[in-house]
Amino acid sequence: MAEPILSLRSINKSFGPVHVLRDVHLDVYPGQVTALVGDNGAGKSTLIKCIAGIYTPDSGDYIFDGKSVTVHGPRDATALGIEVVYQDLALCDNLDIVHNMFLGREQKKGFTLDESAMEVMARKTLDGLSVRTVKSIRQTVSSLSGGQRQTVAIARAVLWNNKVVILDEPTAALGVSQTEQVLHLVRRLADNGIGVILISHNLNDVFEVADNIAALYLGQMAAQVQKSEVSSNQVIELITTGKSAGVTPVGAN
Amino acid sequence: MSSDTEVQLHPLKGASHDYWARIKSGDIGALPAVLGLVVLCIVFGAMQSSFLTPGNFANLLTQAAAVIVIAMGLVFVLLLGEIDLSAGYSSGVCGAVLVILVTNHSFPWWVAFPISIIVGLALGLFIGWLVSFLGIPSFVVTLATFLAFQGLLLLLAGEGGTIRMEDPTVLSIENSNMKPLISWAFYVVCAALYIFSGLRRVYARRKVGLKTELMQLWILKTVGLLGLTGAAVYALNLERSNNPDVVSLKGIPYVVPVILLLLVVGTFVLNRTAFGRHLYAVGGNAEAARRSGINVKWVRICAFMICSVLSAVAGMIFASRQNSISPTTGGSSTLLYAVGAAVIGGTSLFGGKGRMRDAILGGLVVAVIDNGMGLLGYAAGIKYIVTGLVLLVSASVDAISRKGSGS
Repeated sequence: MAEPILSLRSINKSFGPVHVLRDVHLDVYPGQVTALVGDNGAGKSTLIKCIAGIYTPDSGDYIFDGKSVTVHGPRDATALGIEVVYQDLALCDNLDIVHNMFLGREQKKGFTLDESAMEVMARKTLDGLSVRTVKSIRQTVSSLSGGQRQTVAIARAVLWNNKVVILDEPTAALGVSQTEQVLHLVRRLADNGIGVILISHNLNDVFEVADNIAALYLGQMAAQVQKSEVSSNQVIELITTGKSAGVTPVGAN
Repeated sequence: MSSDTEVQLHPLKGASHDYWARIKSGDIGALPAVLGLVVLCIVFGAMQSSFLTPGNFANLLTQAAAVIVIAMGLVFVLLLGEIDLSAGYSSGVCGAVLVILVTNHSFPWWVAFPISIIVGLALGLFIGWLVSFLGIPSFVVTLATFLAFQGLLLLLAGEGGTIRMEDPTVLSIENSNMKPLISWAFYVVCAALYIFSGLRRVYARRKVGLKTELMQLWILKTVGLLGLTGAAVYALNLERSNNPDVVSLKGIPYVVPVILLLLVVGTFVLNRTAFGRHLYAVGGNAEAARRSGINVKWVRICAFMICSVLSAVAGMIFASRQNSISPTTGGSSTLLYAVGAAVIGGTSLFGGKGRMRDAILGGLVVAVIDNGMGLLGYAAGIKYIVTGLVLLVSASVDAISRKGSGS
């Protein structure tokens, strides 16, 4: 298997007396979807925020592209090429798709915005992800469906040749066909060589699209395993009890 | 050549189809203001023959000017979903600074005016800082500054209460006109620049293979706009003096190019710069803007500063129109007329939607009501009630269209 693009080793994070993450290991491989599963309060969000630089881990190693790095803020993570698509999407309804994709990173020609260049680049990115559902990229986001919004948010994350894209429950609010579209999109992200971390409560989604599954249980990484090596029931056991017969916990070796 | 093969409508029909779809989905744009303007002009014109005369038309423009400029500033603040209730008195204070420097201290206007602009900048910085860094709702902050600036103006105006403005340049803004020939030359230059910039945009997009607006539609719009403004220039170039032998009154009032300049600069800032884009973003979803790395606090402060600077420009227009500054300059209904102008023009009170031209269209509607009802001899009380109702109607249209597009 290829070298991981992102590795976390023995990450610890406490908030006062609450020890949220305990010696967590995580590997994210380029071109693969790593599903991060776990019950509410298992520490998924905290782990993601540590990766994204919103929290700084108390201890542990953050290895990106083979090099040990320290991430002190969201800007550091962005500079490395890590992009998070949050559950509430963070899109501006009153702006069109191109504006949203370039929000805060507008292309300029001198003083003025270079609308043509941005539109061409946005079109290319959407085409690269085989997005066919959006009629005009000059329509405002308020006119889009939930799935289309998710598509725009994800497209924004890949616009800048990011190496790792973190998706926080991208299908939580979607209907059946839209969920299908977004999962296809997630798969294509990985096929384009990006390391994808997918947070999901929905094991159907996880098994449909993930390459490997990392299960958090009470702040500890119960296991990170190849999808082919586990069954749905074993994953549920990992989520609810932290162990499962036949699955070796990570860090054991 | 269109590569679309799906719909075989006549291209113009397709465009009007799209337009109706947009209106039905709640994106009504300038439609209510334009319709309102046409209806009001027809009604007042039918009821009072002196309404549709060149003299009254010029009068209307100079009447509306200060409110339009304040409304332009308010658009920046309203875009963020904030409000500046003290914009009217900001213009009074800045106007007073200008007049005091020119009249009492014999400063030339071109020194006094920048100073009054800097005073406006400071007032806006103060308001913006309170809103942005202390997190006080702008409604409360500007309610407080509304009272405070009124007091400041009272102190500046002093015991006498009124300070005369005697600088001929400042007075000419509202009281003099361009010569008819120069008016036409001005029109031709503006029209040429408008056509040039429109065509340049179309060809820039074509060059990189992007879809462009339908050429026929663009021509139609341009011809319509230039025809309408050409007619206005023609009307303004007619003699409107009662006694042409004694004094001749012809041409575009100087305040019109001032407003046009503000329109062009403001529109450029809003549509073509990153700062303008960030204003819309903060108004649409402040949290999304923050996460995208936009300095939301800075954008807020800038919006309030721009608003107060435009108020300072309006202060100069007031000084020019009233030939003086008094403790009521920028007071009474000024601010409400300005907010009404912006909202009637199509700027949303909820933030994220608004354009510079809204201030002009809405300002004209407000001025037409004020002027027309005045000519018909209605009491000031009735004028206020009607203007208030029009503001309520436009705010309802804003709220309802927002519901429509939100679902």
